Parts: sequence; structure tokens; C-alpha cells
Amino acid sequence: MSDDDVLLEVDNLKKHFKVNEGWIASLLQSVSGGEPDYVHAVDGVSFELREGETLGLAGESGCGKTTTGMSLVKLHEPTAGDIEYDDKRLSEASDAELKEFRQNAQMIFQDPFESLNPRMTVYDIVAEPLRIHDIRNETARVQRALEFAELEPAEQYFDQYPHELSGGQRQRVAIARALVLDPDFIVADEPVSMLDVSLRAGVLSLLDRMTEEFGLSVVYISHDLSLLRHMCDRLAIMYMGKIVEKGPTDQIIENPQHPYTQALINAVPVPDPDVGRERVELQGEVGDVIDIPTGCRFKDRCPKHMGEVCDKVVPPLEQKADVDADQDIACHLFESAEGYDPYEELEGRSAASDASDDTESAPADD
Amino acid sequence: MSQLEVEDLEVYYETEDGPAQAVDGVSFELEQGENLGIVGESGCGKTTLAKAIIGILPDAGYVNGGSINFKGDDLTELSGPERRRLKWEEISMIAQSAMNSLDPVYTIREQIVEAIETHRPGTGRVESNEIVTEMFELVGLDPDRADDYPHQFSGGMRQRAMIAMALALEPSLMLADEPTTALDVIMQDQILKRIGSIQEEINSSMLVITHDVSVVAETCDRVIVMYAGKIAEEGPVEEIFNQPYHPYTIGLKRAFPNIRMQDQDLLSISGYPPELIDPPQGCRFAERCPMATDKCREEEPEAHHNNGLRSYCHYADEIDSELRPYADDPKTWNQTAAAQEAGGD
Repeated sequence: MSDDDVLLEVDNLKKHFKVNEGWIASLLQSVSGGEPDYVHAVDGVSFELREGETLGLAGESGCGKTTTGMSLVKLHEPTAGDIEYDDKRLSEASDAELKEFRQNAQMIFQDPFESLNPRMTVYDIVAEPLRIHDIRNETARVQRALEFAELEPAEQYFDQYPHELSGGQRQRVAIARALVLDPDFIVADEPVSMLDVSLRAGVLSLLDRMTEEFGLSVVYISHDLSLLRHMCDRLAIMYMGKIVEKGPTDQIIENPQHPYTQALINAVPVPDPDVGRERVELQGEVGDVIDIPTGCRFKDRCPKHMGEVCDKVVPPLEQKADVDADQDIACHLFESAEGYDPYEELEGRSAASDASDDTESAPADD
Repeated sequence: MSQLEVEDLEVYYETEDGPAQAVDGVSFELEQGENLGIVGESGCGKTTLAKAIIGILPDAGYVNGGSINFKGDDLTELSGPERRRLKWEEISMIAQSAMNSLDPVYTIREQIVEAIETHRPGTGRVESNEIVTEMFELVGLDPDRADDYPHQFSGGMRQRAMIAMALALEPSLMLADEPTTALDVIMQDQILKRIGSIQEEINSSMLVITHDVSVVAETCDRVIVMYAGKIAEEGPVEEIFNQPYHPYTIGLKRAFPNIRMQDQDLLSISGYPPELIDPPQGCRFAERCPMATDKCREEEPEAHHNNGLRSYCHYADEIDSELRPYADDPKTWNQTAAAQEAGGD
């Protein structure tokens, strides 16, 4: 892989949300002098999105996949870290460059009942982005986008309102709206989970065609691994705001290495009564994303927990010595291919904590 | 005799435009200890069916005909108090949203104890508390947390508390309506596993209502596929998945991605289910079926029996010889989809 075909480079992205942002809370805080609490929704995520590829972000509710997706299209300002687009760091981009970025980064939301303005006609909904970005040739573009979304003949839909359409048709309008600006990439957040099973495949094949015909890159966010396997070239599995494993889809699904990925994939039911499934029972539930634990975030539930190194050292997402090069894993079970030694850090840390009491400085500085 | 025998059941909803026939002539049996799955799209009548059985239809809903025989009693003819006795004690329900099913102002313990003492008068507080502890352990919750209020529990814990409550009186029939749909896969897997082992212990039967065919494939002995208020096909889970005879079952199965399969060609069933206020004559699936003929649009199909399956399709007997490869091909369906979309909405 050369660097040229990388469209988007996400570098150690963090997004933290302040808990209790109201004025009473801040007043109380100023009185008590305590530190504000933060939800560490996304906490140091790095990956690249290549041209024309479909990347799946998977994980359970609350793992930070949606926040990551929204940060990618600049719906969230990152707390730390950066996104590089077209060799340009977005944090340093000028207003004009940002506007161009926004034109190229589009999002499709989960719920087509909520994401379309009920007071606007289909035509206006799809034309709105063109007006914002001052693009001419409105009617022809709207028509083309609707036709691509298989809403044909397009004129028939121009004057309809969202409530006159079915769920599947609404999601097609949302897709047309996202496509009308000819973006470079689209973030699709659970685009079919609100639709009935019998209609999903139609919308999915549309998203498929989108990547094939326009060479678009798509970030596909879902909790449904069966669906992601069907749609994506590569997968990134998230847990408590971090990526624990990423790599080619077939490899991740068939040969997961991180204990969490293994548990997650094993838990997916199979629509075939003849297939027996090995069940791994995980202890406990997803941990607290406000008071982040030290070390590996999966340590308390991990069936392969190894002791102190897991408890204290945050495992970096990296290449491992005995695993295929394009599959990165954040787990101390595997030896680093890059020469990183967590035990060295462990010793350094215990020496340091002897000197100063290891208190609330826990949130990993990596 | 089967534990539950539903015969020719009709459940209608009163609407401004006349009655909507949500469940229309459904018959099936459930043996003691058996798991029966009911699958179908939203609006096919699967939840209405469960509500009719346990007797919690909303005000607009009513049983228009047929019978629900449970251990010799026709539930549709029982009086209010008799029915209430059966509820929880013999038949319990695990609802989709535990959030709305638990009372926010009582602790979990109070709610379970109340159910026990109402249905088993004379049960002492000590004994009730023992049951609570036992049930909490069964569903994998820490019994010390029984005195928490529902809001102190996470979604997964609430769902498990709900299951503990449904099991407290060791009912002989459990109705599980999308019991795990609101949960993440890992929690879903653990809960289904727990329900399975508890069921074995008390030998209860279960009706699993869901749109998720993979959950049914893993938990049920038999499956009913419903479409627009009617049964499309019914039979043992292996046959339903391996060799279905109804085109709708074939389509539904192929529309569902399987995590174990690489490069799967998914199929999309075009169109939408028909209105239930004035349902079409003939087969209700005809409009969306790529194999439909004039006969399908005019005559309602009778049951055809093949290989242990009961299939309501005129061509069920022929599908094995010629139609199966055609029906199994996503292209067949996608062409119909394109043609229909071109024709309007």
C-alpha cells in the first residue's frame, strides 16, 4: 500500500464530553473546587480510510463508534488528535478549505424519520446542500441523485414530503442528499437498522453501487457484524473508545485475535440450525467511560487476563509478530512486531509510582 | 394433548376505516417443553398473536373468532379473574422493553415478591425472598442488588431482572416478544443461553416472537413464518431453514446476512405488506412474489404438506421439481424489485 491512496488519516483522535454542563453544576463545581468529569467517548483512535474502500466500525452500544463517525465529518470538534484529509491537517485548515472538506464528507443517519426535515419536499431536501455550497445546475443534479438512489422517475418524487414515503424510500432520499455533492467519502451510521429485513438488501446494494460507480469511500458504522461482513473491506472493532483490533474483514471475522473480538464474533447468532456455535461467556459488563480504568480497558472481563501488565499498561494498537501484517491488535498477549515491550514500561511505571502516589492521573497518556 | 392449541384464531383491531385483520385464521399447536418461533416483518401480526394468548390486547383489539386452548381451558372464554390467575402463574411474558415493563417506584425485589404473593397466597416473606435470590442467581444477577430500583440497573440487567420475574412462578409457558432485540450481541447471547438452561430445568415451553431469523434458528424446535396476519409456512426448524417450500420463507432467509458466509448475495423483497383493513383476495404475498400467477391473485392457498412442513402456497408441491433454483436466486427477486419500483411506489 502506498500512501497515495489514503484519503483520510485519523491520528489519535479523542472526543470527551463534559458531564453536567449546566450552570448549577458548574457553580457547584466552582464552590467545591472539584475537577469536572468527562465521558471518554472516543479516546485515542487512529486509522486510515483508503480511496474506494468500505471500512466498518463495529462494537457494542457506547463503544464510541458513532462519535468517531460524527467526528470524521466534522460534526464534532475533536478534544485532541487530528484528521488529515488530502495532505492537510483539518485543525490547521482555513475556512475555505474546511468548506471544501464539508462538501466532500457526507453522512447518512440511522433514522430516516428523524434526519429529513418534514416541512421540506424531496426536491428541496436533496437540493439544499447544493444551495449551501453555491453549486449550479441544481435540477439536473437533484434528478441524477434521485435516479441513482432508484427513486424513478425522479420528477414524481420532487414535490412529495417525507411523510408520504416509506422508510426504505426515505433512506434513499437521505442517500441521494448525501450523494448530490459528489463527495469523496460518506459515513453511514446504521443506515438499515430501522428498516424491515426484506427491504434492507435493496438499500445495501445501493450503498454497494455507490462505492463501485463513484469510487466513494464509505465508513460503515454498525453493531451488526453479519451485515458488516457482507459490506466491508476492512473492519475496526471498538471497545470503550478505543480500537482493539483492525484488519481485513474476512480475516477479522474468521480469525479474530483480540479476546474481545473473539467474544463479540462468537456471540453473533447464525441463521443456520445446523451450525453449532462455541459460546464464550464474558464476565461483567462494559466498564465506566467516565472514570477510565488503568491499563487495558477489557481487563476485568478478559478470559485471558495475564496480571499486572494488563492491569497497568495500556496496550497500543500495533502489528504483532505472529499475526498477519495487516491485522493490528491492541493486546499484550501478542508480541509486538515493532519492538515495543510493555514489561519495560511496567517496571518504569512501578518505579515512578513508588515515588509519587499514583492517584487520579490514571487516564492513559499515550 | 398439546399444551397450547390455537385454532382458527382471528384478532381484529377497530380502526376508523373498519376492522384491521391483524391475525386472520391462525392455527397451531405447542407441546409441553417445546420452543416455537414466530418470525415475520413488522405488522405481520406476531406480537398481536402473543398479546391475544396472554390476554393483554389493547382496547381497540378483540378476538373475533377461533379458540386458544391452554391445558384444556379456552382462554378466550375465561372470565377476568380466571385469566389473571393464569397470567404469571402458568403463562408469563418477557416483553421487548424491560424499561417500560418494570415499575420505576418499586425495587426489583418488591415487584417480584408482589407477583409471588399475589399468585401464591400464603407464601411467607422469607420464602419469597429465597425465590428472589434463586432467580437472580439463575439469570446471573447479584442477589444483593435486588433492592435496587430499575433505574439503577443497566439495560441488560433490567432485561435479566424482567426474565427473573417471568420465571419466579415457574410458568409452564413463556411468551418472549423480541426478548433480546434491545440488547447488544454479547448480552443477547448470555441471556438466551440462560433462558435455555432455566427452561430445561423447569420444563416449560416457549413462544419466541422475533424478526431475527438467526435467533430462531438457534433457540427453537419449530418455526411459524407469518405474513400479513396469516401463517405462510410452519414446520421443524431444520426443514424451514434448509428446504422451505414457501417463496416468502425462501426470500426472508436469503435477505438475512450470515456472519459465517463470505461474499453472500443478499436478496431484497420488493414492495410492502398489504393493508389489513381490506386485504387482497388470494394469496397475501402474491403482490411481492416473483413467481405469482393469476391463480395466486385470485384464490387463497390451502395448506400443502411436504417433508414435515405446512406451506400455504399453491405451488408448494411443485417447488421441489422446478421452481426452487429460480426462487433461490437473488436475481429473480431483484428484477421484480426493479420492475415494481419503476412502476411507481
